[in-house]
Amino acid sequence: MWGSMFRWLDPYAKPETLYHLCGRLLPYLMGLALFTLLLGNIWGLAFSPSDYQQGDSYRIIYIHVPAAIWSMGAYSSMAIAAFIGLVWQIRVAQWAVLAIAPIGAVYTVIALLTGAAWGKPMWGTWWVWDARLTSELVLLFLYLGVIALAGAFSEAARGIKVASLLAIVGVVNLPIIHYSVEWWNTLHQGATITKFAKPSIDPSMLWPLLISLLGFALLLAALTCLRLRSQILIFEQHRPWVRQWVDQQQGERG
Amino acid sequence: MVMWRALVQRELQLLGRQKADWLNPLVFFLLVLSLFPLGIGPEPGMLKQIAPGLVWIAALLSVLLSAERLFKDDYRYGVIEQLVAGRQGLFSYVTAKICCHWLSTGVPLVLVSPLIAVLLGLDWQSWQVLVVTLLLGTPVLSLLSVLGAALTMAADKGGILQALIILPLYIPLLIFASGAMEAAATALPYTGQLAVLLAFLLFALALVPLAVRQALRMNVG
Amino acid sequence: MSIILAAEALSCVRQDRVLFENLNFQLSAGQVLYIQGKNGAGKSSLLRLLAGLTLPEDGQILFRGKPLSGQSEEFAEQLLFIGHHSGIHPQLTALQNLAFWSALSEQAVADPYQLLGSLGLAGLEDIPCFMLSAGQQRRVSLARLWFSTKPVWILDEPFTSLDQQLIATLEQHFLQHLAKGGLIVLTSHQSLSADYPALQAIELEYRW
Repeated sequence: MWGSMFRWLDPYAKPETLYHLCGRLLPYLMGLALFTLLLGNIWGLAFSPSDYQQGDSYRIIYIHVPAAIWSMGAYSSMAIAAFIGLVWQIRVAQWAVLAIAPIGAVYTVIALLTGAAWGKPMWGTWWVWDARLTSELVLLFLYLGVIALAGAFSEAARGIKVASLLAIVGVVNLPIIHYSVEWWNTLHQGATITKFAKPSIDPSMLWPLLISLLGFALLLAALTCLRLRSQILIFEQHRPWVRQWVDQQQGERG
Repeated sequence: MVMWRALVQRELQLLGRQKADWLNPLVFFLLVLSLFPLGIGPEPGMLKQIAPGLVWIAALLSVLLSAERLFKDDYRYGVIEQLVAGRQGLFSYVTAKICCHWLSTGVPLVLVSPLIAVLLGLDWQSWQVLVVTLLLGTPVLSLLSVLGAALTMAADKGGILQALIILPLYIPLLIFASGAMEAAATALPYTGQLAVLLAFLLFALALVPLAVRQALRMNVG
Repeated sequence: MSIILAAEALSCVRQDRVLFENLNFQLSAGQVLYIQGKNGAGKSSLLRLLAGLTLPEDGQILFRGKPLSGQSEEFAEQLLFIGHHSGIHPQLTALQNLAFWSALSEQAVADPYQLLGSLGLAGLEDIPCFMLSAGQQRRVSLARLWFSTKPVWILDEPFTSLDQQLIATLEQHFLQHLAKGGLIVLTSHQSLSADYPALQAIELEYRW
């Protein structure tokens, strides 16, 4: 049943088809991503009201929250791609793992840096061992592990498979790590850190946040398409279709 | 079962011939532990307070480092390649490796734990909890270290890479093992933490051998 | 006669270099496939493909008429593979290495001393293998062929560093295996000297 249900997807497992599909999607995704990111951030930074408690410094959530959410989203997508790549032996899915990993790592770094910048006015220090920040830091280490492992093999195809396996191991562990860190955090909660009660967010602040969230997702998709295209070219460079395509491109340019 | 016994026997024969493989991690463990008082001062109160984290970080580093070479010889001499091609013995081989790795690194840590208790000034109760956490936690350390060794078996860069990919996975274990010891030191109940450690162990026992087998296949494929 | 192992339009790429393309052969019981070629021509890569360790870039391998990928477990049960490396741990003795491989194939060796003795290793059974010469280590590795019950043998350079006498012994053993309905795929720099009933040869060219 599963086999026939997903049969329509089969052509996209072919590198050539996927390469051209990514190429067609890329301008739309990139355009939409830039539009929503600009809209969400200009709205959020310039027009939404300031917070009664945190003043204007809360506005960093329009970058911090989407980056943090999609840093985890990217890891899950990477693990799903890894699973598909390993179980059904689909090489383009394995290449997608390598395409997503650095993007996810950069999202994680953005979340960490903006979290630190937010922490300075709120907590009076750049870094506290807050449960979410600590989990985010561990997530960065998991990303770096996948990237380092993929690059450690002289035979690239082997490195990608092994890194895919690590991504799956990581995603199984991620919830365990997350809840362990949360438990540890409640145990060691310092007295100097005041935890804000979670306020319900006003719609005028929520809308730009949702738009920004969508923007980060679209940017992730666009960058994945971009990187997946170059991965496909690297791994398929000896294939006739790549040669033909390159010749054709050069011909068009004269 | 006959096969598994023969495989364990082979690992023990290898450990008997390569004594450095299990003696060095043990010496490393004791060495790291004795560096801390030199680095932060020997006040008994302070040592007692940081002992849980200290013991567990030293333990996970020594177990991790000991696993690095675990598959290297068998890989270089083509044993793994032929096991993967023959398939049926691979899983037994993996479980025998894990079992003997724990016997040669985890168990010695339990055996020297009285010495640690003396060095760090732990009382009777704390030592007992230390032993229980080591018994529950070191098999998980072994499982994850073996996984790290299997993943990086054919990699051009060893050592630090294995630490980079596996250390984040140790975090829950570190939190709950040292948490149990801290709770015991302050006379709080600690059975909950031990139960979580047991859950980690069962979870890892169920999944890690399969992942190790897969990693070995990929490394020769 | 039914075909056991076959290759259809097989091609292999390693490190961005095409080793071979469009390779075809069919092997039935009692036959030998003898693969020749220069260093780096892809002999070992072809054996690893046939042993199911790697996947071909294009084409497929058939086992009993069906694609290998769907029945790799069944194929592995029939397979004895000795690769480029001997599979001998140098820290263990000949006997210990033998015990390991016999336990894995679940074939008890009736008299390991007699077996090792017949391969010219008498008196060397209890010495760690790193103290043996390359040829002696190769013999320890090949001893598996004398207790294996697997019909399909895939052997990478089995004759390397063996003396003439032992090569003759080994080829006699090959003939016996073929007579029992076995099948052998092997690579070698040397030409085969025994008279094989059904020999197929493939020459792989070194390609840039």
